[in-house]
Amino acid sequence: MDAMLEGGFADAVMEAQTAFRAILDALANPGTRQNLVLSPSTGARIGAELVSALLTLSDHDTPVWLAPELASDSGVREFIGFHTGAPLVGEPERAVFAFASRAGDLPPLAQFALGTQDYPDRSTTIVLQVEALEGGAPLTLRGPGIKDHRHISPLGLPEDFLVQWSGNRALFPRGVDLLFVAGGQVMGLPRATRIEEGH
Amino acid sequence: MQMAPSYDPQRRKRVLDVLASAPAKALAERWDAFGSCPDHTPIRRPETGLVMVRGRAGGGGAPFNLGEASVSRASVRIATGEVGHGYCLGRDTAKAEAIAVIDALWQREPERVESEIVDPLEALAQAADRKRRDQSAATKVDFFTMVRGDN
Repeated sequence: MDAMLEGGFADAVMEAQTAFRAILDALANPGTRQNLVLSPSTGARIGAELVSALLTLSDHDTPVWLAPELASDSGVREFIGFHTGAPLVGEPERAVFAFASRAGDLPPLAQFALGTQDYPDRSTTIVLQVEALEGGAPLTLRGPGIKDHRHISPLGLPEDFLVQWSGNRALFPRGVDLLFVAGGQVMGLPRATRIEEGH
Repeated sequence: MQMAPSYDPQRRKRVLDVLASAPAKALAERWDAFGSCPDHTPIRRPETGLVMVRGRAGGGGAPFNLGEASVSRASVRIATGEVGHGYCLGRDTAKAEAIAVIDALWQREPERVESEIVDPLEALAQAADRKRRDQSAATKVDFFTMVRGDN
């Protein structure tokens, strides 16, 4: 396998700004789908949406946790080191950002950094590549940033996601925040969002 | 993972040192004279950023922040696959990109790159340094202090 250095943003400033705005809007309007900037020349070894979030959010101050499928690929590790300088950590609770290419690779949410009472922001933001942002079981969201309610149906969530999420909510203001990516888009679930099954 | 071809890191460091400190005009002249500029694709487009320059001070050598310096850098992959990196002080992104291409070329034909680009630039730098030292030496004044009695 070749070293994989290609795939960074072509126009770093503009593309990172645009992707950041998309992620910001995704978290400010939970459950909506925002268009991410995608780097055209990303290889198949790490999804283009994950790359976009990675390049936008991480730098040498933000330890990154990679799911095993990504962490075991030396090309992916080199790519991250070259483009972001982010240190890679093996323990989820030391990560500022976590990236996973499928739900099965994700440890329980409670194993990540959950912040402290005084500094709840010192928690992990998890970016999970799902199969699609629609087509899965219907869920209803309520909470800050949502007028009344919003329906989402991402496909490819962890098995016991609703149980894990309500456990995450119970920790408020501590807890993790989630970004789902698929199909060139991002959907945000900040920790204050309530999720119920069905419509 | 592709195995990096073995090269002497000290030798590569010397090449990059000379290229980085060469005046932009002299580097451009040598690069144009070299001729065969290979096709290359950007891995990191030329960009300028700030680097915190650190120094050490005092007997204990404690590190301190000296100040920020503008640094330009670029990384390219040439058609034959080698990846070159260029770094230089200042905001000359074209110079950083040229250095990156030359670095990649050096990995493929080190002797030619060294004899046609690096060695002449190094000679130029040494000549300029010698000239500066000679000019400074010409201004040197030796002082003699006469031993004086009290009062």
